[in-house]
Amino acid sequence: MDTAWVALALTLKVAGWATALNLVLGIAVGFALSRWRFKGRDVLDAVLTLPMVLPPTVLGYYLLVMLGRHGTIGHWLKEQLGIQLIFTWQGAVIAASVVAFPLVFKAARAAFENVEPSLEQAARVLGLGEAAVFFRVTLPLAWRGILAGTLLAFARATGEFGATLMVAGSIAGETQTLSIAVYEAVQAGQDATANFLVLVTSISCLAVLLGAGYLAPGRVAGQADRGQR
Amino acid sequence: MRWQVQLQSQLGRGASVFELDIAFTSNASRLVLFGPSGAGKTQTLMMMSGLNAPQQGRVVFDDRVVFDSRQGVNLVARQRGLGYVFQDYALFPHLTVRQNMGFALQQGWRNPDRVHNDSSVAHWLAVFQLQAVGDLYPEQLSGGQRQRTALARALVAQPRALLLDEPFAAMDRPLRQRLREELLQLQEELSLPMVLITHDDEDVQAFAQEVIQIEHGKVISDATPYG
Repeated sequence: MDTAWVALALTLKVAGWATALNLVLGIAVGFALSRWRFKGRDVLDAVLTLPMVLPPTVLGYYLLVMLGRHGTIGHWLKEQLGIQLIFTWQGAVIAASVVAFPLVFKAARAAFENVEPSLEQAARVLGLGEAAVFFRVTLPLAWRGILAGTLLAFARATGEFGATLMVAGSIAGETQTLSIAVYEAVQAGQDATANFLVLVTSISCLAVLLGAGYLAPGRVAGQADRGQR
Repeated sequence: MRWQVQLQSQLGRGASVFELDIAFTSNASRLVLFGPSGAGKTQTLMMMSGLNAPQQGRVVFDDRVVFDSRQGVNLVARQRGLGYVFQDYALFPHLTVRQNMGFALQQGWRNPDRVHNDSSVAHWLAVFQLQAVGDLYPEQLSGGQRQRTALARALVAQPRALLLDEPFAAMDRPLRQRLREELLQLQEELSLPMVLITHDDEDVQAFAQEVIQIEHGKVISDATPYG
C-alpha cells in the first residue's frame, strides 16, 4: 500500500500547487475579462476555455511541444535558467494547471460579473481607490463563486491523467500521481492496489465536490458567518 | 455660485441613443432635479459626483472646478468630496450596518472591524435610531432602516454636499412622508447642501428650494417654485 500513500501525497502536492497557481491567475484573468472590453475578448475567452473540451492528450502534446527541449519555452528555460519541466513533478503541476484553469477563470468571471456595479461606485464615492474597491467590495462579494470554481479545479487537477502522463510521465514517487498509479496497477495486474487507489481517489473527490456544492454561487457572502436563519 | 453645471454627452447605444445636454446654475441648498424616468437625471447626478464623465462640459461646485473638458480637469469621485445616496442604496451586503457606516473612515485594503466603535458612527447610529440594528446585515433591515443606513454612511464621510438619487422611490406613502420630513430637518440642522432627483412632484413641493425640470436630456425649465 506504500505506493498508494506516496501517490496520494504527490497528487495532493501537484493538485495543491496547480490550484494555488490557478487561483491567482484565474482571479486576474476572470476580472480582466469581466471588466475590460477589448477586441478579441471572446476569442481569448474561447482559447482559455479550450482545455475544458480538448482531449487531455492533445493538451499534453501542445505542452510537450512548447515545454520540451526543442520547444520555444522549454529551450529558453533550459538555456537561461537551467530548468527542465518535462518528466518532473513541476511539469505535472503545469499540466494539471492548464487542464483545470477554465474552471477557475470561468467561475471568477461569472462571479465578478454578478457584482452589482453600484456597490463599486458607492465605494469609490466614499473615497476608495481602485485597489481598495477590489479588495474590500468586489473580491469579497465574488469570493464564494470563485471558491466553488477553485474546489472544482482542485478535484479536476487531482484526477488529471492524460496531459500529466504525456508531460511528466509515470515515475514512481516523482510524477506518478493517483490516477496514473491506478493505470499502472491495473496494467501490472495488481488488483488489490488498484482497488485501494480507486477507493482513495473516489473518497477525496467526493469530499471536494460536497465542499464545492456547499459554496455554490447564489448564496450571499456573509451568510455562512451567520448560519442559516 | 454653488452649482454651475454644463454637460454634453451621447448616451445609450444603437436605436436608443439620446443626447444629454444639460446646463444650469443654482445657489439653492435644496436643489431638485425633476423629470420622468429616463430623462437623464441619474446620469446628470453621476456626472456631477464624478462617477461618470460627460463627453464635454464643466462642473463647478462652490467655486471649485471639479470637471472641465477643455482644461482637462476631471477630479475622480473621491476628490470631489460629495456624498451620494444611490436609488437602491447600494449598501454593502457583506458588511453589517456598523461596518457600512464606518466604510469611509478606514482607508487601505481592509474593511472596518465588525466591532469597531468610532464616535461618528456611534453618533449617526443614535441620530437615525439604528443602534438596535447596528450588527445586522442590510438584507435584514426594513426599507426605512436601509435608507437611513445609506444616509448615515454618506454623512460619516463628512461630504461637502449630498446627492440623492430618488431617495423615496422604493417606499410606501406614509414612510415616504416621514422620511421626507426627516431629510428636510437634517438638511436644515447640518446646513448641508443637497441635490435630490425625483419624478414625484410631492417631493418637489416638500423639499425643493429650486427645481430644475429635465426631459429627454434637456432642461425645460429652471424655476423657484414656492417662495
